Amino acid sequence: MTTSRDIILNAVRANAPAAVALPHVSSFDEGLPPAAERFRHSLELLGGQFVECPPGTDPDRRIGELFPDARVICSNVPEVSGTRPLRAVRAAAELEDVDVAVVRAAFAVAETGSIFLSEAELGLNALGYLAQHLVALLDPADILGNLHHAYRHPAFATARYAVLMSGPSATADIEGVLIRGAQGVRSLKVLPIPRRG
Amino acid sequence: MKRLDHAEAASRFIASTAHEAFHDQRLWDLRQKRDREAHHIPEWEALRELASRIKEHTLSNLAGYLEAFERNATANGVKVHWARDAAEHNQIVHDILSERSAKTLVKSKSMLTEECDMRPFLEARGIEVIETDLGERIQQLDDEPPSHIVVPAVHKLRGDVSEVFARTLGTEPGNEDVHYLAESQRRTTRPYFLAAEAGMTGANFAVAETGAFVVCTNEGNADLSANLPKLHIASIGIEKLIPRTEHLGVFIRLLSRSALGSPITQYTSHFRSPREGAEMHIVLVDHGRSARLGMADFWPALKCIRCGACMNTCPVYRRSGGLSYGATYSGPIGVIIDPTFDIRKYSNLPFASTLNGSCTSVCPVKINIHEQIYKWRRVMSEKRQLPLVKKATMKAAGQVFGSPRLYRAAISATGMAIEGLPRFAIYNWFNKWGRQREVPDAPEATFRAWYLKNRGGR
Repeated sequence: MTTSRDIILNAVRANAPAAVALPHVSSFDEGLPPAAERFRHSLELLGGQFVECPPGTDPDRRIGELFPDARVICSNVPEVSGTRPLRAVRAAAELEDVDVAVVRAAFAVAETGSIFLSEAELGLNALGYLAQHLVALLDPADILGNLHHAYRHPAFATARYAVLMSGPSATADIEGVLIRGAQGVRSLKVLPIPRRG
Repeated sequence: MKRLDHAEAASRFIASTAHEAFHDQRLWDLRQKRDREAHHIPEWEALRELASRIKEHTLSNLAGYLEAFERNATANGVKVHWARDAAEHNQIVHDILSERSAKTLVKSKSMLTEECDMRPFLEARGIEVIETDLGERIQQLDDEPPSHIVVPAVHKLRGDVSEVFARTLGTEPGNEDVHYLAESQRRTTRPYFLAAEAGMTGANFAVAETGAFVVCTNEGNADLSANLPKLHIASIGIEKLIPRTEHLGVFIRLLSRSALGSPITQYTSHFRSPREGAEMHIVLVDHGRSARLGMADFWPALKCIRCGACMNTCPVYRRSGGLSYGATYSGPIGVIIDPTFDIRKYSNLPFASTLNGSCTSVCPVKINIHEQIYKWRRVMSEKRQLPLVKKATMKAAGQVFGSPRLYRAAISATGMAIEGLPRFAIYNWFNKWGRQREVPDAPEATFRAWYLKNRGGR
């Protein structure tokens, strides 16, 4: 029996246009601006906030100051204890009442103000979306210049799920009025905290 | 299928001047934002050229890339299905859902599922389908298709949304505050994310090398749809393939800048393998794409990455509204894709264009859109799909323009004729052009008469 798969592949083969060579993609990275400054600028353009942290900042305390009214702070990083460690959460739906989620970005992209998060950084993928607010720690040494560099990062080949997150969720679907906090987090704050050790 | 009358449908949209003016201005604003972003990037034109060639390369080797994608996705633990057409796609999705007794499906925006008319199919079989993108949800609740591929409810004003939400979501009648309306949708959609047995997304790109697919969104709804239920189904058109992860660098840099004038979408999400304890299915859909690949003049339309830039820049689209095209795809890209689905129904669409070429200039993958529009006009004429009036006018015009003697006689007669004619003789039913325009004053002498008089002796 001929399957739909075979019918489609045969038709695609029969109708293929003349072969076109695959071009080489360069990195377009000459004269890129300083990564940390550019990242901050791009992040803020997309509605994220870059929170200054002088050396020696205690991230746990800093988050407490940023969110004085938060009842549930769910952390997946060793630097922040929060009120509910992620390892205590069994099912994603239990994250519904989380006010602030805390993660560490694997790396960031200066050009677009994006942070990279996969299941390794999120613990439960839904953590990055069900929480009302998201805080991401980022080692300034982990900022890449542009998307060409980002897409050569090996994590894209190994992560089951990976997101380049650029600011909080947003919509402009009604008359172009920009709303930050569409369906996912209402705010995204990035704290420049180097990795331990 | 009955021939769609685009001009008539557009006239209904234009009847509300407030809607027309806002629509025009909002989309032109997106076009200007796109320009500002593009001008920031010195290699913009090089990126467009690369994107075009990567797509052409992939389409010219599509069978091999589809096989590689299937092999790698399968190795990642994803179940890959193949659908020749809309009916098979809908059946596959329904089978997956019913085998798992799934009753509720939360989904993000997908033009492909619109193309397949999937929602009514599933709803008729007892499955509740919730569109979770704000614009798409507005359109679902108002029982209308999306009018734009990126901003589905762009033809509505806040008062329209307020009315729809008051009627369907129980929001406060008369409250037109945009923040209140958006928040109401967030509040009423959340419980579905938490309870649904299945989630669905489309895909912007599918990477052959890794078997991963990429979804670009702003609201976070696609990631909620995919990361909460135990089952994730993704419907992907076979033309979405690209060879390698590194090529995403080119396309992601172009996509949101072209679409909305933002450097990137808030979420660029890569799905390679199901998460622990969950299932992932991919339905690869043809639905006319393989046939289009064989159309010498029209296959480059398959390069489209659905950014909507051609729609935002098109003066006809901006002033007629997406619903007037009567098809899943509207604007310039719709004009060149829709006739491949139904040549008679969409035979008028190639004429919904001024052929100004702006669409081609902004297309991030360099589709020759306005040239294809012109070629579709020829196809319609050859296949005798022109309405009688247009045919008769064009035939007469062809004879006049084809003969210098007739042309000169007509031109000199026109100048005299227009001056002497009463308005009803010029602005009548046959002169569709004159409905929204004034015929310009004829010059005192034709160029030829002027030339003979002033230069004729030399």
